[in-house]
Amino acid sequence: MKFVHIPTAFLLVAFATSVAGQGAALADGDAQKGKVTFVKYGCWQCHDYDGQGSIATSGGRVIARTQLPLDAFISFVRTTNGQMPPFRDPVISDADLTDIYAYLQSLPEPKKPADIPLLNNGVRSQ
Amino acid sequence: MPKKDAGPRLDRRKFLTAAAVAGATGAVSPAKAVTATGLETQQRVPSALPPNAYVAANESGTPQMPQTEGGRPTSDFMVDVIKTLDIKYLPANPAASYRGLHESLIDYGKNTMPEFLTCMHEESAVGMCHGYFKATGRPLMTLVHGVVGLQHASMAIYNAWCDRVPVLVIGGNDLDAAHRPPGVPTFHSAQDINAIVRDFTKWDDNPVSAQHFAQSFVRMYKMATTPPYGPVMMSLDAVLQNEATRDFGEPLYIPKFFAAAPPQGDDAAVREAARLLASAERPVIVVDRAARTQDGVQMLVELAELLQAPVVDQGGRMNFPNTHYLSRPAAVIADADVVIGMELSDFWNTVNGFVDNGDDGFGKNLHKLKPGTKLISISSVDLITKSNYQDFQRFQSIDISMPGDAETTLPSLIAALKSAIPNDRKDAMAKRGDAIRQAHAKGLAATKQAAAIAWNASPVNTARLLSEVYAQVKDLDWSLVATSGNTSSWANRLWPMEKHYQWLGSSGGYGVGYGAPASVGAALGNRDLGRFSVSIQSDGDLMYAPGVLWTAVRHKIPLLAVMHNNRGYHQEAMHVLRFANFRNRVVNTGNDLAPIGTSIMNPDIQYHDLAKSMGWWSKGPITDPADLGPAIKEAVNVVKEGQPAFVNVLTQPR
Repeated sequence: MKFVHIPTAFLLVAFATSVAGQGAALADGDAQKGKVTFVKYGCWQCHDYDGQGSIATSGGRVIARTQLPLDAFISFVRTTNGQMPPFRDPVISDADLTDIYAYLQSLPEPKKPADIPLLNNGVRSQ
Repeated sequence: MPKKDAGPRLDRRKFLTAAAVAGATGAVSPAKAVTATGLETQQRVPSALPPNAYVAANESGTPQMPQTEGGRPTSDFMVDVIKTLDIKYLPANPAASYRGLHESLIDYGKNTMPEFLTCMHEESAVGMCHGYFKATGRPLMTLVHGVVGLQHASMAIYNAWCDRVPVLVIGGNDLDAAHRPPGVPTFHSAQDINAIVRDFTKWDDNPVSAQHFAQSFVRMYKMATTPPYGPVMMSLDAVLQNEATRDFGEPLYIPKFFAAAPPQGDDAAVREAARLLASAERPVIVVDRAARTQDGVQMLVELAELLQAPVVDQGGRMNFPNTHYLSRPAAVIADADVVIGMELSDFWNTVNGFVDNGDDGFGKNLHKLKPGTKLISISSVDLITKSNYQDFQRFQSIDISMPGDAETTLPSLIAALKSAIPNDRKDAMAKRGDAIRQAHAKGLAATKQAAAIAWNASPVNTARLLSEVYAQVKDLDWSLVATSGNTSSWANRLWPMEKHYQWLGSSGGYGVGYGAPASVGAALGNRDLGRFSVSIQSDGDLMYAPGVLWTAVRHKIPLLAVMHNNRGYHQEAMHVLRFANFRNRVVNTGNDLAPIGTSIMNPDIQYHDLAKSMGWWSKGPITDPADLGPAIKEAVNVVKEGQPAFVNVLTQPR
């Protein structure tokens, strides 16, 4: 079956741009457990192991270090009606989502393209 | 005109009678020999006697060859016909049903034009023809066993059909039920072998005489290579191959091939399309398989620059340079007031969308366009739509629809546009171009930012994978022959693509198993043209028919294959997860990472060892991205020496 790739999480972008700061509940999550849970529930399948995402499966959205507050993050995961299927209560608990959130926040800040030689001298310049 | 059988003719009944007698003789000969020595009473009787010649022949499916009784085998004449069409290679898996033609090709025809290339699966053979055509613009032919071989080949033929690629397929068959050998050859015969591919070939035939073959072969070549391109099929009777030529009182001749002029858009429709485009505020050009040649690419650049309109390249071919400032992503379509689509495989999905996220398991349709947006189409595929297979996609209403070849229509469209653009529109168009130029630059910066995320990740990030590969091939005359699996289109986003052979598109029909054989076929064509071939090879795709790796070594086809090894049928992993979510269940992954039935792990396949066992230089598995550049550099040097090289890389999913 061929997937049709409509830019998915318009809601995600809206949240990300409208909410300043990070979720107050961040301290509640366990990043190490969250890394395991991220894999267990298949988040990696569309968002890759490091939350970098893909234009093919996450509309190019990056969830590593998401700017959503925790409650908005959980709400989105539970109710999404875009390309991402919803993960409701019977599938994943709030506690697990909190750990995943902590894992995503723990991921390192990406390098700047200017600091990566291959992205300057090796690939498209125009 | 009355027919006269002037040529020597094989009497099949006489032959079969003779064969039966020979078989009977064979059955008793060993006993006679034993009797002659007088040792029959001491001879130990084996528990199983060896089969006589007749039984052995039938069990192995290779009954004795009919004799032509001094006449010229018709298969020799067939080779004469084939040689008139400059078909360079014939990748095929051997089969008894075309043994007569096979022998003529390699002995009478000296195995040149075409050269027989040994394949280990008919799907590989057709896939090689597919890739070769896209690299060179020249069609190849293949031979298949009539029933089972064609069944193997059929998915690859469907891919070629959907990708609008000419492939000449000939299937051996033995129609005469009363006289064909029993057993295996009869299992492998059918009334109409072509039936299983008729819905996705442009034309098929079943010639019954040498002259009929000559006409049909030239016809099938002409039909396959006239846009819209497509695969064609011929059933070739075993008796016809093997019997002496008969001319029915008229000397046999080979029809001369003249290429047909491609169909093009109607003049009035072209003028109306030009008028709409010239007066549009936000025109968008969308292309999929529009450019067949570098001239086609240049004409699309001229058209886009005339209009100062963004171009969305859907990537069925390399249509438009991604380095050009008018190259833009599909998102621009939503803002268009006029959209012209050229050779689109799915116009509906270009201007609409679909979200696979309904609680009931059904998706939702989306509409991308603003009200009143005008649509123009130029597509040769409108001329060959069939009913059964749904490759024609959903129906889209089009304001101006031109059934015709886009590349052939471009000169008249450009000329009409030059006349239609009023002078007082040119400043506004230039401003439009300036805005697109800025958006293009921002887009490239955003692409590089996205590539940088998880740059040092292990398994290797796909952006890193493609960047490392490009760094090693960028100074060569490279051709990216296939990217199987899904690497988030990083090649098209990061590699500067300006030549039509730098990107050959995908399978067409999304039948998995295309990547490996198409890469080898394209690399064969590129070898002869002095280009360097590189492929991104996914794990699932390779394992459908990995024997094509041997074919690459056997026939000295240089190819750099770098694996996107995400250890799973990843698309299917996501589908199953999606449905588990809809049903509020935690998906069962067993002991793997992905849903049961979708992982290719436990054990991990050592693809580099697989390739090595068939003669490839290979390295892997690579998990640390820092090891990737040096490994690819080594592999490139091997390929430059004329050998295939394989690098197995464990990657992120997409």
